[in-house]
Amino acid sequence: MSTTTANSAAPAPASAPAPKVETPFRRFVSEFAESKLALFGLIVIVLIALIALFAPWLAPQNPYDLAQLDILDGRLEPGTRNGLDTFTYWLGTDDQGRDMLSGIMYGLRISLTVGGGSAIIACAIGATLGLLAAYAGGKADTVIMRLVDLQLSFPSILAALMILAFLGKGVMNVVLALVIVEWAYYARTVRGTALVERGREYIEAAQCLALPTRRIIFRHLLPNCLPPLIVVATMQVARAIALEATLSFLGLGVPITEPSLGLLISNGYEYMLSGKYWISFYPGIALLVTIVSINLVGDQLRDVLNPRLKK
Amino acid sequence: MNRKKAAAMAAVSALVLGMTGAARAQNLTMAVGAQVTSLDPHYHALSPNFAVATMLFDTLTQFDAAAKLEPGLAESWKVVEPTVWEFKLRPGVRFHNGNPLTADDVAFTISRVPNVPNSPSSYAIYTRAIERVEVVDPTTVRFHTRTPYPLLPNDMSQVAILDKETHEGAGTDDFNSGKVAIGTGPFRYVNFRSGDRLDLERNDAYWGPKPDWAKVNYRIVVNDSARTAGLLAGDVDFIDQVPTSDITSLRRDGRVRLAEKDGLRIIFLALDHLHKDGSPFIAGNDGKPLNKNPLQDLRVRRALSMAIDRQAIASRVMEGAAQPAGQFLPKGAFGYVPGLEAPNSDPDAARKLLTEAGYPDGFRITLHGPNDRYINDGRIVQAIGQFWTRIGLRTSVDAQPWTTFISRAGKQEFSAFLVGWGTSSGEASSPLRSLVATYNRDKGYGTSNRGRYSNPEMDAKLEAALSEMDDEKREKLLQEATTIAMQDVGIIPIHIQKNIWAMRPTLRHDSRADELTRAQDVHPAAAR
Amino acid sequence: MAVYLLRRLLQSALVMLAMSVIVFIGIYAIGDPVEILISPEADQMERERAVRALGLDLPLWMQYLSFLGNALRGDLGRSFVFNEPALQLILQRMPATLELAFGATFIALLVGLPLGLYAGLKPNSFGAKTVMAGSILGFSLPTFWVGLMMIMVFAVQLGWLPSTGRGQTVDVLGLRWSFLTWDGLQHLIMPAMNLALFKISLVIRLTRAGVRETMLMDYVKFARAKGLSPARVTYVHVFKNILIPVVTVVGLELGSTIAFSVVTESVFAWPGMGKLIIDSINVLDRPVIVAYLMMIVLMFITINLLVDLAYSALDPRVRLEGK
Repeated sequence: MSTTTANSAAPAPASAPAPKVETPFRRFVSEFAESKLALFGLIVIVLIALIALFAPWLAPQNPYDLAQLDILDGRLEPGTRNGLDTFTYWLGTDDQGRDMLSGIMYGLRISLTVGGGSAIIACAIGATLGLLAAYAGGKADTVIMRLVDLQLSFPSILAALMILAFLGKGVMNVVLALVIVEWAYYARTVRGTALVERGREYIEAAQCLALPTRRIIFRHLLPNCLPPLIVVATMQVARAIALEATLSFLGLGVPITEPSLGLLISNGYEYMLSGKYWISFYPGIALLVTIVSINLVGDQLRDVLNPRLKK
Repeated sequence: MNRKKAAAMAAVSALVLGMTGAARAQNLTMAVGAQVTSLDPHYHALSPNFAVATMLFDTLTQFDAAAKLEPGLAESWKVVEPTVWEFKLRPGVRFHNGNPLTADDVAFTISRVPNVPNSPSSYAIYTRAIERVEVVDPTTVRFHTRTPYPLLPNDMSQVAILDKETHEGAGTDDFNSGKVAIGTGPFRYVNFRSGDRLDLERNDAYWGPKPDWAKVNYRIVVNDSARTAGLLAGDVDFIDQVPTSDITSLRRDGRVRLAEKDGLRIIFLALDHLHKDGSPFIAGNDGKPLNKNPLQDLRVRRALSMAIDRQAIASRVMEGAAQPAGQFLPKGAFGYVPGLEAPNSDPDAARKLLTEAGYPDGFRITLHGPNDRYINDGRIVQAIGQFWTRIGLRTSVDAQPWTTFISRAGKQEFSAFLVGWGTSSGEASSPLRSLVATYNRDKGYGTSNRGRYSNPEMDAKLEAALSEMDDEKREKLLQEATTIAMQDVGIIPIHIQKNIWAMRPTLRHDSRADELTRAQDVHPAAAR
Repeated sequence: MAVYLLRRLLQSALVMLAMSVIVFIGIYAIGDPVEILISPEADQMERERAVRALGLDLPLWMQYLSFLGNALRGDLGRSFVFNEPALQLILQRMPATLELAFGATFIALLVGLPLGLYAGLKPNSFGAKTVMAGSILGFSLPTFWVGLMMIMVFAVQLGWLPSTGRGQTVDVLGLRWSFLTWDGLQHLIMPAMNLALFKISLVIRLTRAGVRETMLMDYVKFARAKGLSPARVTYVHVFKNILIPVVTVVGLELGSTIAFSVVTESVFAWPGMGKLIIDSINVLDRPVIVAYLMMIVLMFITINLLVDLAYSALDPRVRLEGK
């Protein structure tokens, strides 16, 4: 949910002329732009997304094509020319002779797909179930919350590990595993807030007006549950990407031939002590920048979207 | 900082280091990478367990550092009849509790081995050849075998001898709790925290060379980087399984000394010999399955082997911690075939062979392997993927955790896959029998022959070797069998791993080919 | 209340039952433990013996039923690998993990609450912005990478702290605890910090978000209008209200921290339950995996229940009876 708002806000900085009529959207845009840091984060995210999208045209090498790799070019320092003298490894190479710059560009694609994809799906599922549980109460609440308990009591790494063992490695499988692991967080958060909100007067008023349940849930209850949901969603995107990295660290996650940022980091992890820092360091920086930017934006979104913070 | 101050500080720190050095001299802290699952020496046949067992216990025969058989608790052994081996025990050996070692203890041990409850992997594989134990006198014991069995002294090197009086009725728990962790070995039990550490002290009454350490702290640190960091930080004195990525920098680091030894573990590719009409992970370039399995063709198998640049893998992926291999064992081992070298990398010839076999444009193949079992396994698989791509095969690579990988490999679900084999007996019959002999449940052949290679000619040579009591003739038969399997490319050998240990410069290590990390092999370095 | 508790307990039992079935099927699907445990030298006959010894020759449902029968008598089976009762293995390692998790939680609250309060009360100050930027960094860094960095800096470069492992322990109540010795504390600091990093950020953000929201609430405005001292407003009116989300999350996180210490424990070679479970998964030691998960489920259910109870105590608007 946060991601959709982020997307709708994307063209905002460019199209913000002096507001004549103050629509909610305009107000949202101008409030968002109040934080320079968040704006900067947004720009970085857009840049990163563009790099990820156009990686095949931007990268000097296709790191997935075994024919383009040469093991004799393995572990070269940043700035070395490649064996055929056709381009420079600006960020060095890993143990397989994979250009780190290209690897990071392609890795961004995978990390963003995994993080964003799983967050969107998990958020949609989790929020719906959480609202349902809080609003309907009774049996539905019990069933859903027991499911949440079951899910949350299953340590995510373990759950993901088992799911991946069933399904095998692969980007889509990791997304699926992360969704299964994470939807419960959304459900629990939404339910917690919705329980409190449900007792408030405006819901009672809406009920008195005999508005359709669906309308009450999605138009009245949901927007008021958004602030904590956005906090959680922000954290979960970061978490999803980090969890994927951790899964790779534990030897699962995405396949070795299509490394995500996480896998690149863990690949270079054991070279850290021996001074070949670049194999792990640069993907780490890329991961960090990505997550920090997402969080900066999410942070500001939360402040802006929270109705109770409005002056 | 001025020079005088620096010099003073250096002197002080040297003094401090010297003092701690003296205090430490009698103590040794080791960090090992593999989990020790039990102190019961007959519970789980696994080399980390066995390493610990050989610190607390002894065996009748034992391997020296180069994997040659030498006397242990038995002073000598000989064949009395083709089916009877006689072992002479070393006199005057006592267990840690003072009980003397007698032939009855040996008989008791042999009877206990197959009867350890719940054992997930029994040591009975080493005692099964024995039909009956005959106690001739307190220091003489005879083993009667069902058939002539030349490998009995080798097998006896794996079986820790227990004390009948102490261990009768003792369970695995009693060993782990330390209650009966009593052997004849160079160290005595002090304390064991499963999954964490084992504390030992010197057995001053040991029959062999006395260990240099009064106290040993044997820690289990599974994470590679944590082990190296522990050594560099000075928390431990000695580590095993040094990650290859650290070798280069540790070689240059004055705080550390490395010890290397060619191991007995071969890394190789197994190929699908089972499926005649199309292999599960091989397809034509159009993605459609082929109607026959290209791996059935010797020319294809040779091409796959010749495509691989083993030197590059050894130097680049393994950082020199591997020896390119053309057969199962390293030079000097029993059954090694002189002159059977690792094939040279020759992509052009490989491509030509593929063309001759009817695949001028190659085919699609997926190479599988584990990513958490052998040193750099995932990386080796990727590198081989590169080499195969270069001779025109569209190669995909799939490295999986061992748990999932090995179950699937055992069900013949793969076309080509990387595995390893550690020859604990140090001679060629073990890999031949397990890896390339025709799968046969009743004979116990081909247990790990997951590609189901089968060659009757080789089987015959091997079978003859396994009942040949004459060492010289047996070695010749084993060499012939090896040559047949290798020339037929039943498997594709890649390299033999080197084992690497790292320690403080004040120590030295008698490195062992069989990978065991034991406190008695660590010594203070000669005074400088 | 009693009815409510009873119902929760019944539901919990069902959850645990479901969990055990899932784990049984899951491990069955992953692979065959014997393939992993057995010596490569073993032949087919030895393999079959091992399968029988571990009771894996029976059909899955019979294995499950016999497990269930034993479990009802309090016996969760013996580890395939260690041949010790699975529950005992886990309990032996539990103090190490609890120590780590509580240490991390303690650090998180100690650092997180004041920083979050400060950032919430003075949202536009430079300090608050730094704190928030820091908190973003805190949960952006992958745990394993931070762990290695810490080892490299504090143990290898500076030599201040021991690199890995658990320090000296003392026996209290029959269990071994290391936080009571100086050596043990030294060993504990780095892993606990590593594990706390994420949670510090979490607490900071929750506290700050709560403070900012509460400050705008009418009752806070009234309190201020009444002329109460800023300190009283902050600590009595604001602080009490922000405790709700913080209690929820810290409660939830304690359980997950215990479960998730897997990574920290493997980086720092910390001999806790998390390391045991990863090792057990690697060798498919089913009795240990099942017992561990049952324990975690039980713990989680208890924590959730406590959180719910605390919730209703702190916020009377939340219904407990579920109707």
